[in-house]
Amino acid sequence: MSAFRFRGETLWRGPTAVLSDLHLELNPGEKVALLGPSGAGKTSLLEALRARALRDTAWCPQNPALVPALSVFHNIYMGALERYGTLYNLLNLIRPTTYQQRQVGELASELGLVDKLRVSVDRLSGGQVQRTALGRALYSERPVLLADEPVSSLDEEQARALLQLTLSRHDTAVVALHQQEQALTCFDRVIGLARGCVQLDAPAGQLRRHDLTDLYQ
Amino acid sequence: MSAVVTTAGHWRRATLLLALAGLVAFALADLSISRGTPGAELQRLAQGLITPDFTATDALGEALATTLAFAFQGVALGAAGGFTLALLWHRPGVRFFAASIRAVHELFWGLIFLQITGLSPLTGVLAIGLPYAGIFAKVFGEFLEEADPKPADALPGGTNPVTTFFTARLPLVWDQFRAYGAYRLECALRAAAILGFIGLPTLGFHMETAFREGGYSQGAALLYIFFALIGTQRLWLHRRLVPVYLLAAVLWAPPLSSGPDGALKRFLTTDIVPAPLRDGGGWAESGTWLAELGTQQALPGVANTLVVALAALLLTGVLALALFPLASPHFGHRPGRALAHLALVMVRTTPEFLLAFVLLIVLGPSMLPGILALALHTGVIVAYLTGRFSESIRPQRGYSQALTRYGYEILPRVYPNFLAFLLYRFEIIIRETAVLGLLGIPTLGFYIDSGFAEFRFDRALVLIIITVMMNLAVDAFSRILRRRLRLQTPATAY
Repeated sequence: MSAFRFRGETLWRGPTAVLSDLHLELNPGEKVALLGPSGAGKTSLLEALRARALRDTAWCPQNPALVPALSVFHNIYMGALERYGTLYNLLNLIRPTTYQQRQVGELASELGLVDKLRVSVDRLSGGQVQRTALGRALYSERPVLLADEPVSSLDEEQARALLQLTLSRHDTAVVALHQQEQALTCFDRVIGLARGCVQLDAPAGQLRRHDLTDLYQ
Repeated sequence: MSAVVTTAGHWRRATLLLALAGLVAFALADLSISRGTPGAELQRLAQGLITPDFTATDALGEALATTLAFAFQGVALGAAGGFTLALLWHRPGVRFFAASIRAVHELFWGLIFLQITGLSPLTGVLAIGLPYAGIFAKVFGEFLEEADPKPADALPGGTNPVTTFFTARLPLVWDQFRAYGAYRLECALRAAAILGFIGLPTLGFHMETAFREGGYSQGAALLYIFFALIGTQRLWLHRRLVPVYLLAAVLWAPPLSSGPDGALKRFLTTDIVPAPLRDGGGWAESGTWLAELGTQQALPGVANTLVVALAALLLTGVLALALFPLASPHFGHRPGRALAHLALVMVRTTPEFLLAFVLLIVLGPSMLPGILALALHTGVIVAYLTGRFSESIRPQRGYSQALTRYGYEILPRVYPNFLAFLLYRFEIIIRETAVLGLLGIPTLGFYIDSGFAEFRFDRALVLIIITVMMNLAVDAFSRILRRRLRLQTPATAY
């Protein structure tokens, strides 16, 4: 895949400009954390990135956008829909194949969801829902992870473990976070958005906690 | 003093408008009681209702089975057709087509198919399945439109549309589909029974004979069997049994035609061609023919249909406002409500067409039996829905007097929903009013029925098209009014 480049573009949400005059370059292989107060444009930036590389993207939106009536197995499998034919997908919907059960099962055990595989998503806790959404993104096996606060409902320990697992499976990643600590320890680069523009863009190693607090003023 | 601008004011004005239209309709309507001794007839009817005779009907089991068979096959056909149409719901042409086929009443479809497929199971199945496809299309289409679009959007880029639909769209609405299908089956049982009035061998066929010949005990027994069938639907309609029932329905009444060969071709190319064109005349003669049909049949038919429907709407509103406390937890006591509930369920289960038929026998031919039947049936439904809605209200202040509580606490809160239910039902009232013509009340159905009886199918078809246009107009009027009054449309009221 090639780099993402924004040269003075404006990102819109409906009639309002969320990020204006955006200058940004993201290179393959980078693991980038997005920080900023809510409404700063993190989601809009992720959506813009997804639109530019739809087929390379493992997508994990903030509203998990799962299908509530279907099982964890089926929701994770949805990440792979595009890899298989329509008939195979429909048959797997009615009766999961042994192969898919094994593949999805392996992933589910890494995510701590193995006993929930046959449970529908509307019966899960918030943390389990987030892990299912991450599972769907992981199972799509795409090089670029775009995730919007994917671990916000998990406790600190679990969140870090899951974030590291997810990052290790993707070549490139852009992840919006609200945990500043995670941004500094798990990522190469931190981009801070606030007041409609990029306020901060630096390698994670050069940043300290107090550098980030300005963003939230 | 400044001008009064309240939301309640808008509702009052709309109510006043509808009430005024209703009053004018009542003034114009033929409300005569032409039977000399309605009291005596009513007494005989009451006697019959308390002494039902379950042995009087021959081949009762067959009629019951045929009613069920038509309903199951009709709903299956309607659901399959409606589902297909719902997939194309974004196309205006599909919406118009669905609206048109559901605007034609099951009985009119029955009369049409009698000419093509004869007195056969296929006629019964198509008469239910075709309009139901239009209804299912609308309801399914709206379910899908209102479903959350995000899961489909979150699928990996490049997923094909068929896969997307079955994994991320259909599962969101599947439960709603199933619940609605069960409700439609109840409606289809009513429709199948009523198809007996045009000669198909369902329960209605025997009901018509029994009531017309004064066999009220026999009629009452048939009615009670019908109530029991619908009242116990929850018990026998199990998800896993549906395929079994459907198979049994197809085996019992195979949907085959008994019409003569080439009947469809003859119907389409000869029967429904306007008579002047068929006889070699030109457009000028056809124009005269159409103008004559318009002034002599369509115009009085439309006018009478509107008169009966608007009068029925007013009476429905009054009845519903008076009766809804019976179904509301804010009034009365528990045993009273249980009794009221039973009465409401019975009146609701009785098709308005059958109710009108019985009232016609008691009161003699005029518009009165039609207005009463429509108002009673619909009034009870609206009362029931409004009462159920009032369950969600938590009274702020405990007014001890029931009437004060009614006027200050409950009515202002349920009124918008009451009005929405009423306007929603107006479309259905119009549809039913037209078909009451088959019983002799001079609405559009009366002229359509005469057209079929005189083998003037060309006239019948033009009148059916006019009925469709009238339905579409009323539908649009009701929708505009609901939107202007900012009323939420309750999906369950359909």
